Amino acid sequence: MKFGVVVFPGTWSDRDCGQVIEQVLGAEVRYLWHKDRDLQGCDCVILPGGFSYGDYLRCGAIARFSPVMESVVTFAEHGGLVWGICNGFQVLCETGLLPGALIRNEACQFRCEPAHLFVERADLIYTANLDRGAVLEIPISHGEGNYFADPATLSQIEQNGQVVFRYCQPDGLVVPAANPNGSLHNIAGIVNEAGNVLGMMPHPERRAEVELGGEDGLKLFNSVVDAMNDILVAS
Amino acid sequence: MPVTKKKLREVALSEQEYKRVVELLDRQPNDVELGMIGVLWSEHCSYKTSRPLLRRLPSSGSRVLQGPGENAGAIDVGEGWAAVFKIESHNHPSAIEPYQGAATGVGGILRDVAAMGARPVALLDSLRFGPLPESRRLFDGVVSGIGGYGNCVGVPTVGGEVYFEPAYAGNPVVNAMCLGLVPTERLRKARAEGVGNLLLLAGADTGRDGIHGASFASLELDDSSEERRPAVQVGNPFLEKCLIEALQELAESTAVIGIQDLGAAGLTSAVAEAASKAGSGALIDVAEVPRREQGMSPYEVMLSESQERMLLIVKRGRQAEVQKVLERWDLHSAVIGMVTGDGHLDVVEGREQVARVPVDVLTSLCPTRTLEAKPPDHSRYRLDLTEIREEPADPTATLLRLLAHPNLCSRRPVVRQYDHMVGNATVVRPGGDAAMIRINGTQIGIAMTTDGSGRYCELDPYLGAQIAIAEAARNIVATGARPVAITDCLNFGNPDKPDVYWQLEETISGMANACRALDLPIVSGNVSLYNDTDGRSIYPTPVIGMVGVIDDYSKRLEAGFKEDGDFVLLVGVTANDLGGSHYLEVEHGVFAGRPPEVDLLQERAVLEFILAAAAAGLLRSAHDVAEGGMLVALAECCLMSKKGMRGPPLSAGGDLRFDALLFGETQGRFLVSLPSRSMPEIQNLARKHRIEIQMLGMTGGDQLEFEGQFKVSLEEMERAHEGGLG
Repeated sequence: MKFGVVVFPGTWSDRDCGQVIEQVLGAEVRYLWHKDRDLQGCDCVILPGGFSYGDYLRCGAIARFSPVMESVVTFAEHGGLVWGICNGFQVLCETGLLPGALIRNEACQFRCEPAHLFVERADLIYTANLDRGAVLEIPISHGEGNYFADPATLSQIEQNGQVVFRYCQPDGLVVPAANPNGSLHNIAGIVNEAGNVLGMMPHPERRAEVELGGEDGLKLFNSVVDAMNDILVAS
Repeated sequence: MPVTKKKLREVALSEQEYKRVVELLDRQPNDVELGMIGVLWSEHCSYKTSRPLLRRLPSSGSRVLQGPGENAGAIDVGEGWAAVFKIESHNHPSAIEPYQGAATGVGGILRDVAAMGARPVALLDSLRFGPLPESRRLFDGVVSGIGGYGNCVGVPTVGGEVYFEPAYAGNPVVNAMCLGLVPTERLRKARAEGVGNLLLLAGADTGRDGIHGASFASLELDDSSEERRPAVQVGNPFLEKCLIEALQELAESTAVIGIQDLGAAGLTSAVAEAASKAGSGALIDVAEVPRREQGMSPYEVMLSESQERMLLIVKRGRQAEVQKVLERWDLHSAVIGMVTGDGHLDVVEGREQVARVPVDVLTSLCPTRTLEAKPPDHSRYRLDLTEIREEPADPTATLLRLLAHPNLCSRRPVVRQYDHMVGNATVVRPGGDAAMIRINGTQIGIAMTTDGSGRYCELDPYLGAQIAIAEAARNIVATGARPVAITDCLNFGNPDKPDVYWQLEETISGMANACRALDLPIVSGNVSLYNDTDGRSIYPTPVIGMVGVIDDYSKRLEAGFKEDGDFVLLVGVTANDLGGSHYLEVEHGVFAGRPPEVDLLQERAVLEFILAAAAAGLLRSAHDVAEGGMLVALAECCLMSKKGMRGPPLSAGGDLRFDALLFGETQGRFLVSLPSRSMPEIQNLARKHRIEIQMLGMTGGDQLEFEGQFKVSLEEMERAHEGGLG
């Protein structure tokens, strides 16, 4: 099992993801430089958090034109696992791999704080080790994480069951008070129709050790590793 | 050509200083030379007023790898790692343009640390504003500027403090501290060594922004300050991040001889400093400096304070390999000159000589100033405690008012605007006494805090300075880490006023004394003077940035209670220390008196006791008792853990006043919680260290209660505490 972590010049969660993959999971990681097109045979490509190219214009607006993204789009279209976290989610929306957009937080301020996520889908490779209805505690850290889609798209996403995580209270109740950024329908993460491209604003790589506040994020990484190992063994 | 008074005002030199320049050069300087000397002789760059006093501060110690004089200080934290850190002010720019002023303050301190070869891993910010709501625009702007820069660069903001006092209304204090990590053998220095080696300017192109910023920082603020807005630079954190990453890639390169950040006074300062430290000279061709604007004069190029630039001293013939790394990060760079051996800074534009000044005239020969010191009239701060009743009318109401006080309330509205977790190393998050990051791959934890009470220093700068250091040390120790070294930022008014100069002298004496008693060297720092608005000075505000080390971060402590049924102890002796307290202000509307005394020997004993107890694993939590006193500290322990505490009624005893017991701000005290089985050992340890401990009660429930005397629910306390910043 080999993870690829895309590195744009303004990416800063690359090393955090790498640390979790190598030191916590004991898996292999390759850093994929934004100017390169070679995905080096990775089984899962992570687009991590950061400010890709500064993002002064619009988060991810320039990143979608980078050489590495050409390969990532092709990889995703062929069923490859692409996992966008925070800035990576923004980039996936900009490239059109995921529907909707992430706009400025409702409070017009950056928010870095713990968030609780209601798990809507447990049938994905990313969530296979979880139960539907489980609550994860995973922090957010963003200024533009307010999920938006036009009404038609939003209803399509809901009908298709593409919402994977919603912001909720610690007890699992999905209510407006638990929404940290104004996201429509409390959406914290969505998946494409095929189920191989996941975008989420919270940072699972920051909850992979008890010493850093918990292991709820690790559950997602473990799901991917377990599922992929099954697939690799089966093939 | 004789110089005009207008010209001297523009470069902020006195007539006397100008005469000295002529003497040293043995001729009149030309305009470019005068501009260069003017900025480097500004207080901001030369420390001409504070330098003689700063010599009193201890700067050596067994862990010190780099003391003052480089871009930042460095200490050995074990297992081959060095922690590099420094604090710096950006008060004046923030007063004029809060977002960019604060943002570029963060940018500047990150580069100082990066220039030492270190990867920046933590930021802290010490802020002072006038009262809310009047200061809301400045406060909001500064906080979002800090977040805007730090969040984008990807360095966590893990700590700091913010206080609101009328004395800072026109002139906020914005101090940014950065800590970085580097293997000790890769520590870099800013030295322009080796004649013929090349000066490579990397990062942002040079524009007209920020010309005379350093001089501006050395003048009082007044109505015309608004016109100085163009002297405030605009930050580009993305470019900075690329610069930091590129320097990290060059960490092992032997092609790079030295690195110097371009900060105040831009290229002039960077080259002069690097040449001065190496005892060399330098030649710069301004025509080679990449510009972002056309038609810039040599004067403008030499004095521009464009951000996100770094000077690399590169081995002759090896520039291509360095530039290749910079290009990988899409950074511009250009060879703009070379190291020379004749002790002069030569500036040319193509073939034309523009300036030629001995390096030491720019740096070490700047005349220092010794000013008149006179204690201010303190009669308005007289306090007679016998005139004040000893019992608070309603202790619950008073506690709630204190918890809602802007200086004591929850910092959550600020902290959540900063990414404090990126790096996967923050093992103690902001909100407690000190923050802690771990060095990934080791068990080492590094604790960090900033402290400095302008209130205490206004009442007595000598005591206030000691308190700042003692409190910072307690904050560090409350995490279980041992305090190791300090970086300081001295924020004062106009030193030409004898009472301000006296405050500066007293503060530095107090600091020196406390540093020696607690074995804490000051390895880096910054002085910010002329913090006056329309002739009114800020409180004397020494900000202490302290760093501590714990060998195994899994033994760290936090301030909040951990388990139900633990004993809660007050460590240390309480006295009638109400002078300068928040209690007097809130309950009686009085800001007066003498701050608490600091018994440094006792302080040290208490610190050693807590460290020993923490190392032995006896404690579950530890919290410094500081502003607001014991009851506020207890409430904080409850709020951080969402656990209550219950104990028997409190009684003062002896000549201790009841209000002083509840809300006095006596130094040298901690609140600790521990399982009952640890009691015999803690009692032994306390006897051994000659420390007084007093049982207050037991953790649990959802109230803070002293039976029959005082009772308040967590919910009520939380509402007061969370709402304080509006």
